[in-house]
Amino acid sequence: MEMNFNQHISGQFNADLEGIRNHMMSMGGLVERQVANAIEAICNGDTRLADEVIRREDDVDKAEVTIDNECTQILVRRQPAASDLRMVLAVSRVVRDLERIGDEASKIAIHTLEVTDSKAPQYCQQAIRYMGEEVVKMISGALDAFARHDVDGAVEVVRTDKSVDKQYASALRELITYMMEDPRSIGQAISILWILRAIERIGDHARNISEQVIYLVSGTDVRHSSLTEIEETTQK
Amino acid sequence: MAIIENHKTVGNPLCDSAKLSARDVCVYYGEKKAIHDVSLDIGKNEVIALIGPSGCGKSTFLRCLNRMNDTIDICSVTGQILLDGDNIYDSKVDVVPLRATVGMVFQKPNPFPKSIYDNIAYGPRIHGLASSRVDLDEIVEKSLQRAGLWSEVKDRLHSPGTGLSGGQQQRLCIARTIAVDPEVILMDEPCSALDPIATAKIEELIDELRDNYTIAIVTHSMQQAARVSQRTAYFHLGQLIEVNSTDKVFTTPQHQLTEAYITGRFG
Repeated sequence: MEMNFNQHISGQFNADLEGIRNHMMSMGGLVERQVANAIEAICNGDTRLADEVIRREDDVDKAEVTIDNECTQILVRRQPAASDLRMVLAVSRVVRDLERIGDEASKIAIHTLEVTDSKAPQYCQQAIRYMGEEVVKMISGALDAFARHDVDGAVEVVRTDKSVDKQYASALRELITYMMEDPRSIGQAISILWILRAIERIGDHARNISEQVIYLVSGTDVRHSSLTEIEETTQK
Repeated sequence: MAIIENHKTVGNPLCDSAKLSARDVCVYYGEKKAIHDVSLDIGKNEVIALIGPSGCGKSTFLRCLNRMNDTIDICSVTGQILLDGDNIYDSKVDVVPLRATVGMVFQKPNPFPKSIYDNIAYGPRIHGLASSRVDLDEIVEKSLQRAGLWSEVKDRLHSPGTGLSGGQQQRLCIARTIAVDPEVILMDEPCSALDPIATAKIEELIDELRDNYTIAIVTHSMQQAARVSQRTAYFHLGQLIEVNSTDKVFTTPQHQLTEAYITGRFG
């Protein structure tokens, strides 16, 4: 009787599971770069980099479809159970969030082109840079946690999301002040608002990825739970 | 691989509305201990699946539940098995009515070399369950209907049972079990000799039978266990490793061995 619990009897099954995980990780790397570049583009007014982000959006979409199809193949051929089933479900959910993050990165890039063209002042530069750096860290933190089956790392990402949400609320208040002071700033302010909103949404998606890490490791579905609830479940 | 010292079954081996309760059951084939201290409840109107690698004792355990192991000379059973609170291994218990109350369906369909009608009527006749021909006709019809076979055989009740297809034969055997008015039905890999359509029909039947009977099924097909049962018990080298809701066993098993087995890491 084979006693290596890390390996399936079927070598192909091992390879298939390894495959979706690796492909998800490379997609994650690509998406993380997209976000980092989008933030870099808006902060430096780099339209060439923004164009590059928009161009590469297509690769992210393709990766989602490919990996999701690989997950379907495993489900249909192997009828995975327990940790294998959770791996396939988690990967399938994570790639969806990664794709959405890709969309948000591309939105930031599109608005960057608008904002950089106009002569109006650049509002909330600091908030954008700070929140942007935070969410890039969240994406890599969530993916690392996934790779290492690290629940604590995942919870840390959820915690950071709370702080990003707070910064978003405070940046909005700042924007409203500008708009009240000078109605001519509204157009520009709205573009900035979209960018802030996109960054905040990226944080939410990174949080979703972390929730899948918790599901993968413990089998507990913590979607739609508060940070406190998540901390309680994971401490058990 | 050795048995686990002082193992205590993880999960929920016991339940509130037990129909059958096994307590500290050990089974020996001569000197060899095949089942180690198994305690397990099988609830009323539940389907429990017994799974595990070959030689893990799941069939041996199933056969204890209606004393089928009595037919093997060197086999001895210790501990208690309670049916509605009464120990079926009590010396006063007559195994013939016991095996009517706790019926069994085997891996290979084994109809008697008799007509379809007589296959069903045999049990009620010897147990004296029918007082007239009309009664017997009614039992035969009702049993075949419950087993989902009536419409397929009603026009040829007097042809030989062995002339039916494999799936039909297995449903005939289930009808034969039902005919003697059991309370529990034990199934030992009832679908392993059947094609997917016949298997689906038996599984559908198991689901319907659950309203009236308690069912324990031994199966090598993990998907089948997942499809038909409410609880799943995992056996390993004669020990009952884990019992949990089927839902839980197949998504988040508690024991490492259960996890390794159902994900195909050994077996």
